[in-house]
Amino acid sequence: MTPIAITMMVIAILTVWGGLALALLNLKRHPEDEGALPEEHAPEL
Amino acid sequence: MSDPSSSRAAPAKRETFSTRRLFILSAIGSAVGLGNIWRFPYIAYDNGGGAFLIPYLVALLTAGIPLLFLDYAVGHKYRGSAPLAYRRLHRAAEPLGWWQVLVCFVIAAYYAVIVAWSLMYTIYSFTEAWGDDAEGYFFGTFLNVSEAPGVGFNYVPSVFFPLLLIWIAVIIIMVAGIRKGISRANSILLPLLMVMFLLLVIQSLFLPGATEGLNAFFTPDWQALADPSVWAAAYGHIFFSLSVGYGIMVTYSSYLKRRTDLTGSGVVVAFSNSGFEILAGIGVFAALGFMAQAAGAGVNDVVTQGIGLAFVAFPTIVSQAPFGALMGVLFFGSLVFAGVTSLISVLEVIVAAVQDKLAWGRVKASLVVSGLVAAVSLGLFPTATGLYLLDTSDAFVNSFGITLGALVTVVVLAWFLRKLPLLSAHLNRTSTIKMRRAWMVLIGGVVPLVLIYLVSNEFMSKISTTYEGYPEWFVGLFGWGMAGGLVVLALALTFIPWSRKSKAHHDPEYQSIVDEEEEESAR
Repeated sequence: MTPIAITMMVIAILTVWGGLALALLNLKRHPEDEGALPEEHAPEL
Repeated sequence: MSDPSSSRAAPAKRETFSTRRLFILSAIGSAVGLGNIWRFPYIAYDNGGGAFLIPYLVALLTAGIPLLFLDYAVGHKYRGSAPLAYRRLHRAAEPLGWWQVLVCFVIAAYYAVIVAWSLMYTIYSFTEAWGDDAEGYFFGTFLNVSEAPGVGFNYVPSVFFPLLLIWIAVIIIMVAGIRKGISRANSILLPLLMVMFLLLVIQSLFLPGATEGLNAFFTPDWQALADPSVWAAAYGHIFFSLSVGYGIMVTYSSYLKRRTDLTGSGVVVAFSNSGFEILAGIGVFAALGFMAQAAGAGVNDVVTQGIGLAFVAFPTIVSQAPFGALMGVLFFGSLVFAGVTSLISVLEVIVAAVQDKLAWGRVKASLVVSGLVAAVSLGLFPTATGLYLLDTSDAFVNSFGITLGALVTVVVLAWFLRKLPLLSAHLNRTSTIKMRRAWMVLIGGVVPLVLIYLVSNEFMSKISTTYEGYPEWFVGLFGWGMAGGLVVLALALTFIPWSRKSKAHHDPEYQSIVDEEEEESAR
């Protein structure tokens, strides 16, 4: 691959998957409100 | 389901996703569809290659994610199917919901057909049934496409029966409901899709010529950034890719628990969708690089999208690649799984609306609705003329159903009913990523302007020449006529009264939420 193509590939992967990683981290830091959990769990899950 | 706090004889409680994780999986399953695999790679390549990343990310952040939040806010605040949610927002907004329901009807009818083709091609991959002429095989032998567009009832069994099978599977999922059907299907199919697609990408990267494909895909053409059509392509793609603006996310978020992190979940969904697209770009272009090398041609000579990519280019690659059969199964299997998880989300929009309007139970509504869509789908599309109909309805429902519908919805909500402050407050009540003014400016300003530009472009191109050179009566009837018919029908459905037992009239569960929220804001 050419250096410029590699650079753009790395930037694309870092921004998009990095964005996903940050979004997941944010979600993990704020777990579901226990009070908002369902009364019963679906048995299959 | 029992609720000890309420002893009133209330209508059945609204179903919910049992966890936030299952909602996110289902929303990703909906957003990740055929478009991510067969549309994004080409759009990116054709609009600046690596440089496309910039307009793409800008479109995602300034329009895609804000619109996703808008859908979530409407569905979650008003806790109903699209027509009921918009009606609760404002009486006059109900037709918007029906319009979205009808758009989903059209999409579901033809989308299932492509899933059926993919199912057949998963099987054909074992024998490479297309021989050395993938194009001739697909259009001639497999689809048996007639010379000219028209309406015919010359059925093609090799499409009809797999389509029937897909519909049976989908109807079973729909009847089972949100927890046992949709959640379960997504929690099985989505991880399976990810694993299969990852294997496909790895296999593609090891093909000779793969690097040439990646060079073609990622080499930036910075000049493209000065071209407005490149930016329009980025916004257009983001709208279609995220499944925003036609009721899906309104419907899914109406099944969320009350205190759910809407924006935090939405950002995960949006970036997962984009992450999958980037992966698809890498896999598809690595494979196209191999195809070009095998043909002794440049990547630009073999590059294609949509049906041509999936059913002509990929079969050719499967025939030439080492372990081609495996590659075919991974690719077409991915299309089937990505398609099914999107198809059920499209159908849910219609099922939920009928359930709400007529106060029908889950089983009855899913059977009648899915049965009706299946009948239309099976009746019109697996025929010798079905491809023309599919192509025309897809083009027009995208331009004048989804895009125009999204424009009208945003303008009505933001400019006429001025509901954005209310919806923004709802998003901020329970969510971790807070956007107040910025979100309102994007939804009330940037998004409508971009949509006006996109819709007028579509309008100009479709009136200047008859679509694809098909006969005028055909495009008039199944293109313009269908798109206009949806609007008329949406108004007509609004005038049909809601069942006296429906949640529009009596919904203690929703009422208690409204009361509680009023109390909260009065404090």
